[in-house]
Amino acid sequence: MTEEHVKFGKSKVFFDTFERRPGPIKKNMHYCPGCGHGILHKLIAEAIEDQGIQDRTVIIAPVGCAVFSYYYYNCGGISVPHGRAPAVGTGLARALPDDFVISYQGDGDLAAIGLNEFLQAANRGESMSVFFVNNSTYGMTGGQMAPTTLPGQKTVTSPCGRQIENDGYPIKVCEMVNTLAAPVYIERVALTSTAKIMQARKAIRKAVANLKERKGFSLVEILSPCPVNLKMNAKTINAFIDEQMSRYFPLGCFRDEPESKVKHYAIRPVHDPESVKKVLFPPKLNIGVASDFKNQSKIFENERRIKIAGFGGQGILSLGIMLATMGKLRNFNVTWLPSYGPEQRGGSANCSVILSRNLIGSPVIDDNCNLLIAMTQVALDKFMHELKPNGVLVYDSSTMRVPTHIADSHPVFGIKALDIALGLGSLKCANSVIMGALSAILIDRYLEGADKMDFDRAFEEAIIDCFNKKPEVIKLNICAFYEGKKAVRF
Amino acid sequence: MKRYRVKIEPEECKGCGRCVLACPRGILEQGTHLNEMGYAYVCVTKEGCIGCGSCFYQCPEPGAVTVYEITETED
Repeated sequence: MTEEHVKFGKSKVFFDTFERRPGPIKKNMHYCPGCGHGILHKLIAEAIEDQGIQDRTVIIAPVGCAVFSYYYYNCGGISVPHGRAPAVGTGLARALPDDFVISYQGDGDLAAIGLNEFLQAANRGESMSVFFVNNSTYGMTGGQMAPTTLPGQKTVTSPCGRQIENDGYPIKVCEMVNTLAAPVYIERVALTSTAKIMQARKAIRKAVANLKERKGFSLVEILSPCPVNLKMNAKTINAFIDEQMSRYFPLGCFRDEPESKVKHYAIRPVHDPESVKKVLFPPKLNIGVASDFKNQSKIFENERRIKIAGFGGQGILSLGIMLATMGKLRNFNVTWLPSYGPEQRGGSANCSVILSRNLIGSPVIDDNCNLLIAMTQVALDKFMHELKPNGVLVYDSSTMRVPTHIADSHPVFGIKALDIALGLGSLKCANSVIMGALSAILIDRYLEGADKMDFDRAFEEAIIDCFNKKPEVIKLNICAFYEGKKAVRF
Repeated sequence: MKRYRVKIEPEECKGCGRCVLACPRGILEQGTHLNEMGYAYVCVTKEGCIGCGSCFYQCPEPGAVTVYEITETED
């Protein structure tokens, strides 16, 4: 009798079938024939399996061909913006100190767009291992010149060969990182002959073991074949890497230290939802209504879209926040979307506020607005067309005039908000005057029954809530609010 | 004495030829038949696998190459 058992076979760190991969093919990787990514994926998977860290490993995929590595690895994985893997890895490694972060990057990702993030992470000695796939070209986009393209090498964007005079020298990443103090392990390997792949396997196992032992930052640069883009076959691409690439990028171990010089403070992150809530949403005054309270008035059956526009400094954005807060305190779903120029005072500013009992699809308002609050003539001209037929216009009549055709077709309310605010001693409270007017208009025209009583309180609570950190101005704004209420003429 | 057997999945092989170059015993050959993906997959044409694993580590596909160790049991 004979018995068979697998000596070399598919790693358990890979999924059995690649269900995440779209299309009918579920057993294969998406890489081209002869691609080095596949070989490297297998070596990494084997190292993860042998270290027994599959459940706690996060592989950060680059932008490049390996962006879909989460199709294959049955462990944690995220895709991040181009070149930002070491930055995201830093956050991960610090927020989840029990996890093992692997950053998998190509030469465009690491040596071009993400060089800064990578070098800074290496310089800080973050606890992560970086696998840098160097194939001397941009593979995914079709074989353009990369920072690691050899002098004289022809690519799609260097048809006469890379010229040092014009394009500079190829970047030697390992040598560069070797000038930094923090990294513990730096090695360059190649995926060509079996002997060299075995050397690469050793280096990758070492880098993964360093992760488990929390040694610090490890870098393995892998000279990897890209036969399709370099228009070669298996034999010639191996010869190219061995004879040409390895001459410019010498293989070998550049550094292997027993431990990192950098010791990060051992702060244990706290995963306590209550503490997070306290930090993000500090407790405010305990006002508002019970969580099941709903205003019964008919106008709240549909989404209410409010646009507030004027000059920066008139309190446009804070008026929006007050309205949104009022909605929040009355159990509406609310959105508040500001839009303003780079200057803090002056310049046009507007914000969109939506109150709804249902989910709000988009916070953007560019048509079908129910209420337009205009504080300047320019704002009125700019946003008048967004107002629904029958939509309400509230404007500041101390500086503006409203054309008669608008007054004929819409309910229009003018309040001398700036004048009233000036009379109260501060132009800044003009927004509270408008709030008061709005409250009066709502109560008089649109609210029914008990809601009329409730809304005076709702607005007042909103003002108190918004000025919680500046208690000295609450009184002034409440005062402005009641002046505004009195000023509306129906 | 231990014996080994190498198995190549025709539907997973992309015919890049890395294993053919790497096999020290020359028992693998680029085939002439095409699989469903349209690649001429590699075939095992001879016996005499020594279980070195070269083909497995050269292969870019996770499950295309499997090397089995065959042990004789007295029964």
